[in-house]
Amino acid sequence: MTLLLVGLGFCLLGVLTSALPRTYRVPVTASCAALGCALAFCAAMRVLVTGDTVSFHTTLILPLNGFAMTLDPLGALFIVATALVGFASCVYCIGYVRGELQSRSAMGLFVAFILSLLAVPAASSIATLMLFWELMAVSSMLLIVVEHRHRREARDAALWYGVMTQLGAASILLGLLLLTLRGGGQTFTEIKSHADALSPIVRSSAFMLVLLGFASKAGAVPLHVWLPKAHPEAPSPVSAMMSSSMVAMGVYGIIRVGDDLLHGGTVWWWIAVVALGTLSALYGALHATTSTDIKRLLAYSTIDILGLVLIGVGAAGALRDTGHPAVAQLALMAALLLVVAHAGFKGALFLGAGAVERATGTRDLDQLGGLIHRMPVTTTIFALSACSIMAVPTLSGFSSEWLLLQGLLHGFTDASTPTLIALLVGIVALALTGGLTAVAFVKALGIGFLGQARTLGAVNATEVAPTMQIAMALLGAVSIVLGLVPGLVVPLINRAAQSGLSRSTMSPLARGTGLVLAQLRGAIQPAFLFVGAAAVLVAVWLINRRLVHRSARRVDAWGCGRDVQTARMQYTATSFGEPLQRVFADVLRPQSDVELTHVAESRYYEQSLKYQNQVSDAVEQFGYRPVIDAVLRGGKAARRIQNGSIHRYLAFGFVALLVVLVVLA
Amino acid sequence: MRGSRRSGKNGPLRSLFSRPVTGPSPEPPEPPDALNKARLHGSLQLRHIDVGSCNGCELEIASALGPKYDAPQFGVRLVASPRHADGLLVTGVVTHNMIGPLHQTLAALPQPSVIVACGDCAVNGGIFKDAYGVAGTLDEVVSPDVLIPGCPPHPAAIVQALRSLTGR
Amino acid sequence: MPASALQIVLVALGGPLLLGLMAKIRARAEGRVGAPISQPLKDIRKLLSKERLHARHASVVLPLAPIVILAATAVAIGIAPLITTHPALGASADILVIVYLLLTGSVAGALAGLDTGTAFGGMGASRAMTIGALAEPALLVAVIALSIQAGTSNLPAIVSSTLAHPNWVSGPSRLLALVALVIVIIAETGRLPVDNPATHLELTMIHEAMILEYAGPELALVTLGGAMRLGLLFSLVANLFFPWGIGSNGSLVGLLVGVLALALKTSVIAVGVSLIEIHSAKLRLFRLPELLAGAFVMSVLAVITGLVTR
Repeated sequence: MTLLLVGLGFCLLGVLTSALPRTYRVPVTASCAALGCALAFCAAMRVLVTGDTVSFHTTLILPLNGFAMTLDPLGALFIVATALVGFASCVYCIGYVRGELQSRSAMGLFVAFILSLLAVPAASSIATLMLFWELMAVSSMLLIVVEHRHRREARDAALWYGVMTQLGAASILLGLLLLTLRGGGQTFTEIKSHADALSPIVRSSAFMLVLLGFASKAGAVPLHVWLPKAHPEAPSPVSAMMSSSMVAMGVYGIIRVGDDLLHGGTVWWWIAVVALGTLSALYGALHATTSTDIKRLLAYSTIDILGLVLIGVGAAGALRDTGHPAVAQLALMAALLLVVAHAGFKGALFLGAGAVERATGTRDLDQLGGLIHRMPVTTTIFALSACSIMAVPTLSGFSSEWLLLQGLLHGFTDASTPTLIALLVGIVALALTGGLTAVAFVKALGIGFLGQARTLGAVNATEVAPTMQIAMALLGAVSIVLGLVPGLVVPLINRAAQSGLSRSTMSPLARGTGLVLAQLRGAIQPAFLFVGAAAVLVAVWLINRRLVHRSARRVDAWGCGRDVQTARMQYTATSFGEPLQRVFADVLRPQSDVELTHVAESRYYEQSLKYQNQVSDAVEQFGYRPVIDAVLRGGKAARRIQNGSIHRYLAFGFVALLVVLVVLA
Repeated sequence: MRGSRRSGKNGPLRSLFSRPVTGPSPEPPEPPDALNKARLHGSLQLRHIDVGSCNGCELEIASALGPKYDAPQFGVRLVASPRHADGLLVTGVVTHNMIGPLHQTLAALPQPSVIVACGDCAVNGGIFKDAYGVAGTLDEVVSPDVLIPGCPPHPAAIVQALRSLTGR
Repeated sequence: MPASALQIVLVALGGPLLLGLMAKIRARAEGRVGAPISQPLKDIRKLLSKERLHARHASVVLPLAPIVILAATAVAIGIAPLITTHPALGASADILVIVYLLLTGSVAGALAGLDTGTAFGGMGASRAMTIGALAEPALLVAVIALSIQAGTSNLPAIVSSTLAHPNWVSGPSRLLALVALVIVIIAETGRLPVDNPATHLELTMIHEAMILEYAGPELALVTLGGAMRLGLLFSLVANLFFPWGIGSNGSLVGLLVGVLALALKTSVIAVGVSLIEIHSAKLRLFRLPELLAGAFVMSVLAVITGLVTR
């Protein structure tokens, strides 16, 4: 525990050193924060390896019941994922920050954000949790508006994010407070011991309220509308942390309250979680295929992957009370592995997108291209992480998706009918999102980095600073390690899942370098697959040397005999996703607009034609905006009450007093 | 239409089990040079380019690739991209508008390549030799390896010329 | 291990032969004699001796993609139970690995198409990935239907359990999965009615548009990789649904019988797919999602009937 507290202390020091003069500010602050992350990583790894739970309690810092932190293996896993991305983001910051990001408030808020992310999984009382939760929300909201002078959308994004995160926090607070109804204190141990005394209605209402708040933070459809706005507008290191760690906090909350504090609850809670996960996965994947802004694409992909994680968590909860609790733990382990893998590859992808934005000045895929020649390191790491998220075997995304599929597959034996339907829907969602994610990332990689450069910004791009490259490479290495030898982290994830499922003692995965199911039949050995593929590559290369030894001649591309071949003739990101946009038009609801101006003399001739096609978030367009418009209309109508006349206001006061007196009497 | 179903018209399933309509093929001709045959190993992919023909030669080429003369049985195939091709099958006389595309197609061919001039127009300009849209004959741009004279050439002659390249 | 190497060599030679067989059947249906069955092998051999060309704007992805496709397909063939129920890595030969290795091949091909920097490369990549996005779910769910019935997703275990329960083959779940898989195979290998492999019109191309820039040895690798994918998919359908003849004890005679059985079964499947090709015209591009959605629905029905009739 001391190690974690020292780590958090270093982060606090980082917040304070943000007051330093400009020349020292960024390196010193970022180094303090990086050191804090490293120490937190070590503390969390120690808890995961030994399986012990460490606590800390003080009556200082917070009034009333004081400040309580407990680090158990479940929280430790989330801290590991956060610390990895946090360390990389801090290193990245050193090369990245420029302009307003260098200000005292921006750097201070950045470190405060990291501090809160590291502390949330260790909080063990309601007050501590809400303290760090609010710190997380406020610091990230202010970080979104850091560059608002360059982009107007940043203000809009921060507003949406602020409102939704506060509503979510209120919902979480209400739900957690409901759990303290039967007396007892507000620490998690006390809540846990009194959980069985609560009536089922109270438990279900508490879980639903908490689910609403945490699912909104995790980006579950339909509570996700802030995510595609906020993640692109924040600076890239902040986006990386938001997308990798902050959304994971939502999942952590659901597991902590549902599985740990409430001892699993009833099956239909978890079927609701699976339903939310399915919706998110499908919706996120679809929107990722039609997004042309690289960071918006990554944000929707986060919604997609978190949907898969929620499917795993829901399946684990639903299968807990069946005859095969080992399968439930397997599903939870898969969800946790996917969280860590997601932190690795999504962090690298966002840092890469930031590097591209820094080098070319744009986030729009339709204006990029040819970056592989100009930014080879960034392209390689982006490609590696993209392949990982597309579930290419021997990388981390495949290992986690395989494990999730195994958890869902083996849950079909002895499950009740609602659980069966939920598992089936989960498998269908997994299958569909696999294909759609591949389209989205082939688009991002192929159009953004390959081919010819489409604009001057892409032509003039150069490779970014070495610290940024090192940070991206670190997270890329996570994808490789988790993919090739997932067996190494299996004991750690096993302990986290055991602690999540209230001290279970099962080990559904056997030891080894690959993933081997213990009692059931199924295994993968990615390391051997890699060796096999490498053998084939070597064989092809040798045959190439012996039989076909000639180098390639560079020629112009074959353009079907056209004289002119420009970069403008390539496919753009919009055209790449257009067939899928047509196929899924009912879900995506693209809005097309055609403006035709005729020549004055005759209606048969056109002077100008303007065509606009836009795919906006359908849930926002048809779900939220009508509600917001209705509220605004109601507000405008209510304004008529306040017409400025003192007499009317005095009359209101008099009537209100009368009513109160009548009621009291 | 009634009565149009004569004995010669079979559906695809009938054709599968009956004898093919391809006529008997004569002896394979001598290859233009032994090196060509060794390189092609009995497989020839050609990219057809019409630099300014009346389409008469194209009809005969289609017939040569069709059921009656069946050039594919000797390993010949037309392909879409010159990068996939061993050579060009050129028909027509070289017109002004097609000089650029002809050069581009020639540049896109991987070496070693063969050029087959099909029809009198490709061989020596034919009846359009001095027309106003004509820029020249094919051998002013690139010297063909195989000439197939005729206006249009008989499909059997086309098949024989192609067989001289594949060696089958 | 040697059985796996034999499998890879077998499919490397047999895949082009299957392509030749399908071309021959098509030719005979047209009333022609047609090219000999070994013609694709001759084509590949000739391509190896030609010049290697790279487009000016292409990067390392263009020459690397055919090798990645070949490596992914070869590894998938190595771990699949094609002639024996004990291939290499038998305990970890998972059918989901093979599905995702096929996806890897598609992704590599699409990236190569985009790398050329031409209009048709991008068009081929977009169309191929769209079809893949709709065909891969059908493949995955059909495979999961088989896994649920066998109780595991380990491939040799699925084949062995089908051998042990011959009555499964005629069950409704398996039949639905078979129909779905045949549609998916037609989509993945680019045959009619999804894609015409012999088309010359670039605007109608799906898979060929991605390879328009390849020449010489790289085109040979691409063609061989595509033929091996076809061979793998046909062999998987053959052995998952009709596994009789596969060698179970690892003896030489068993392997030989396995080879002959595989050749026979894949030839029958090739003839079947050829007949479907002969009797179909190419579907409009935007009718394809309907076809693939139909395959997906059949896969889901296969899972549901498998659960209901357990």
